[in-house]
Amino acid sequence: MNLINIPLLAFLSFASCTDSMNHDYRAKEIKNNESVVLSQNKYGYGIGDIATDFKLKNVDGRMVSLADYKEAKGFIVVFTATHCPFSKAYEDRINALDKKYKNKGFPVIAINPTNPAIYEEDSYENMQILAKKKGFTFPFLLDVGQKIYPQYGATNTPHFFVLEKTNQGNKVAYIGALDDNAQNPSAITKRYVEDAVDALLAGRQPKVTKTKAIGCGISR
Amino acid sequence: MMKQVLYGILMVLLATGCSSKKDNKTSTKTTARENNRSSLKSPLRTLKEKGVAIAVYDFESFKPFLHQKNDTVYVINFWATWCKPCVKELPGFENINKKYNDGKVKVLLVSMDFPNKIKSQLIPFIKKKGLKSQIIVLDEPDANSWIDKIDENWSGAVPATLIYNKQKRFFYPKPFTYNELETEINKLIITKN
Repeated sequence: MNLINIPLLAFLSFASCTDSMNHDYRAKEIKNNESVVLSQNKYGYGIGDIATDFKLKNVDGRMVSLADYKEAKGFIVVFTATHCPFSKAYEDRINALDKKYKNKGFPVIAINPTNPAIYEEDSYENMQILAKKKGFTFPFLLDVGQKIYPQYGATNTPHFFVLEKTNQGNKVAYIGALDDNAQNPSAITKRYVEDAVDALLAGRQPKVTKTKAIGCGISR
Repeated sequence: MMKQVLYGILMVLLATGCSSKKDNKTSTKTTARENNRSSLKSPLRTLKEKGVAIAVYDFESFKPFLHQKNDTVYVINFWATWCKPCVKELPGFENINKKYNDGKVKVLLVSMDFPNKIKSQLIPFIKKKGLKSQIIVLDEPDANSWIDKIDENWSGAVPATLIYNKQKRFFYPKPFTYNELETEINKLIITKN
């Protein structure tokens, strides 16, 4: 060994010294394609990103795009599945959300990201039945070919994205859960999506921009 | 001689720099863990139906399951009866539980089923499938308050699995095949020679 090796040694020792948990975790992630994308931080949108528009078939047979909503100030886009108990727990709340905010300029657009080949309950026909039974006041679209949800970065259902319409496009202002209690609506203490939309309506940016929630994973 | 001294100084500096960094990051956790002395807490309540008892925990009482310090490898799987990929991978966890019954590996299946579905859905499912691994329910409605404490990179989607021993822990936000699962577990089994 000569002196030239010292910096190399120092570097190697330092690298091995970083938190082994994180280090090992990244090593493991490489085995899983989805997680690799996550760790590169390229999966889905961050706050401030411009969300893509889409053209997806609604349960009423018509094609729906964000661009159709000329008067909207923004959108509450929710990825939600027909089969998922967490989505089911939120159906009435999503309906109430649309009723509350559609007239204020923030309509709900629901997208089912599930592959119906995996969950038959998520077929277009079953979506139609559910929308009718529940009296959905918002479009309920099927993400045919599962092309849209990965762009948004939805991971579970239901997964909410609040978008603010700006000159540059529909800017992501909030990503996460609707509230802090899936099981019991009467025990809710935090209404993340409503707080975010209220802030945008008041000309402010939301204070809480990202939350997490247990939900059904989206299978490909 | 000079080189050896340099190396010596370098190693000491690196070692101290390294340990102080770790201490800063984990000191509170370590203290809490030491106080726990790996002892598990009582569940909030236990529901019984058809001879099956299910213990229900909130996150606070569940937490010691995540930080046991002994020679066992802990395999903690987050699942639900309504989650198809979870149900599909369950036999793998059952096989591990059966094969490694010498105390080297402990499987814990943490169900995300809603508590009001325990008697009507979870217990009938357990009976139907004849599940033998330990199964508990985590009843912590404000998921945002605890998901990051399992792993910061977890979105909250199930299935997800945490595998750890007293030295290392790995988190897998994905379904497992049996072979993958066993391979990952074997990496953590502490062999005494």
